[in-house]
Amino acid sequence: MTTATVNPTHAAKRNLPHLYLIETKYEFLKLWRLRAYSLSTLVFPVMFYLIIGGSFGSFRTQGIHVSAYLVACFAAVGVINAAVFAFGASVAAERGQGWTMLKRVSPMPSSAAFTAKTLMAMMFSALVLVALTATAFLLQGVRLPVLTWLQLLGTLVAGVIPFAAMGLAFGYALGPNSAPTVLNLVTMPMTFASGLYMPITQLPPFVQHIAPYLPAYHFGQLALAAIGAHPIGTVGHHVLVLAGFTAVLLAAATLAYRRDEGRTYG
Amino acid sequence: MTLPTAIPTTTALAEAARKPATSTIPHPETHRVVAELKGVSKRYGEVQALRGVDLQVRSGEVLALLGPNGAGKTTSVGLLLGLLKPTAGEVRLFGGDPDSPDAKVRVGAMLQISGVPATLKVREHLELFSSYYPAPMPIDRTLALAGLAEVAERPYGKLSGGQKQRVHFALALIGNPDLLFLDEPTTGMDVGARRAFWEQVRDFIGSGRTVVLTTHYLEEADALADRIVVVDHGEVIAEGTPAQIKSRTAGRRIHAVTTLGRDEVLGLEGVVSVERNGAALEILARRAEPVVLDLLRRDSALHDLEVGGAGLEDAFLALTKRAQA
Repeated sequence: MTTATVNPTHAAKRNLPHLYLIETKYEFLKLWRLRAYSLSTLVFPVMFYLIIGGSFGSFRTQGIHVSAYLVACFAAVGVINAAVFAFGASVAAERGQGWTMLKRVSPMPSSAAFTAKTLMAMMFSALVLVALTATAFLLQGVRLPVLTWLQLLGTLVAGVIPFAAMGLAFGYALGPNSAPTVLNLVTMPMTFASGLYMPITQLPPFVQHIAPYLPAYHFGQLALAAIGAHPIGTVGHHVLVLAGFTAVLLAAATLAYRRDEGRTYG
Repeated sequence: MTLPTAIPTTTALAEAARKPATSTIPHPETHRVVAELKGVSKRYGEVQALRGVDLQVRSGEVLALLGPNGAGKTTSVGLLLGLLKPTAGEVRLFGGDPDSPDAKVRVGAMLQISGVPATLKVREHLELFSSYYPAPMPIDRTLALAGLAEVAERPYGKLSGGQKQRVHFALALIGNPDLLFLDEPTTGMDVGARRAFWEQVRDFIGSGRTVVLTTHYLEEADALADRIVVVDHGEVIAEGTPAQIKSRTAGRRIHAVTTLGRDEVLGLEGVVSVERNGAALEILARRAEPVVLDLLRRDSALHDLEVGGAGLEDAFLALTKRAQA
């Protein structure tokens, strides 16, 4: 135990790496134990793969076999859900409870909460990919070269960032009760219209026109490029568009945060 | 206000023994000011929550901010904690900006929150918050202080309401704070739980801690505080030791069966409040005699007259009414 000196407490004396580690650990455990979250993030993509993965036979699209194509697409869906719900639904819920306020009063650096949430969503993203590659291998004999797999992993993990920004914007704007429903109403049509459930070329023409305005479409194309498919458009273009989306969504999140800050403690 | 106000004599004696009899206002020169509102006003849109409030919290004292709901107590706490910015005036915490990390590591707060994440266990919540502080209190000691040792491994979501409140208290203690804020800590607790909570707070403040407590129960302020600041409608209306505040708020309760209307009685000189209770009126007055005389003059058929001492809550009501008049 430390001796109680005259002025024992200074923020600078904290062990910051330990603080970030503990924050990330509990951010992960908190959602891992929340079945509504861990099931919808991890189990749904695998379930979709089990239902749809075998039904296309030897169909090829964008230059690769559908059984591999769907690994990239469903993994992207998992990442989007992991990020949007971790930042959207849980931020809204914790604001509603008052946990956010308690943390604001505490000396926790606000960057710790964001870092922890981002790392946690990235860990879930990696888990989604592991679960999907295992399923695809066992069911369809899909084998991905290690380098390809790592490329896909890197793309998916980086993809957490734009969708985290999207989640934050909704998390600060929505109430704790409406957030999960609204987020489902946004992410389900968005991922579908982005060609993440079935190849974009199979979708009605008007949906194909909408897709380029959706961040999930660009993310999906990047995941496909990483797994060796021929993306529609260039990788650089998709990265730029996603960076733009991220900037706009972060600005929206900041606005919503300011508005919320003004009234939380009214 | 529904709280039974009479403290059983044995408890009162025990409390008197525990609380220093010299429950005086700490001397300004020997006790540093650790938190301060200087001419602070706070407005939310149309609502003026605070009007030019001056408040000093001195090292080692237990200060109660006492007032009805909406008086501005929680706003004062929010300002001192850096959650809110004042519309006018200055707020200082440990001589600096309340929002600075160096001030925050010295403060613990039990706020009016509805919960913390349900899936984390009690011990985990404490471990998480303890990582925010440079010299936290050991987790086991915090669990013991808050009476949570038996439920340490239970997820927060599986706790009873009272246990949840104790977790919020433990989260306020875990940083080993020099200054502890308790914002309406016993709201929603039954009388037994409230008394038990006071015991826990006393255990913690035994070692010369500074505490700011907000409450709308005079009994609670009396049980814990060295100094009471009464706020109403965003202004400080009285300040003193619990004994001083109680003596200033002495009133009498009059019960009588009468045909007189509530509004008519409310208009009489010295009447603070009137409630109808069946055929009877319950009247709270500053002094009983002139009011009784007036009542009998107006209704000679008045009967079942009883006069008694007002409870602490009635007394508090009298004080705030006087300030409004």
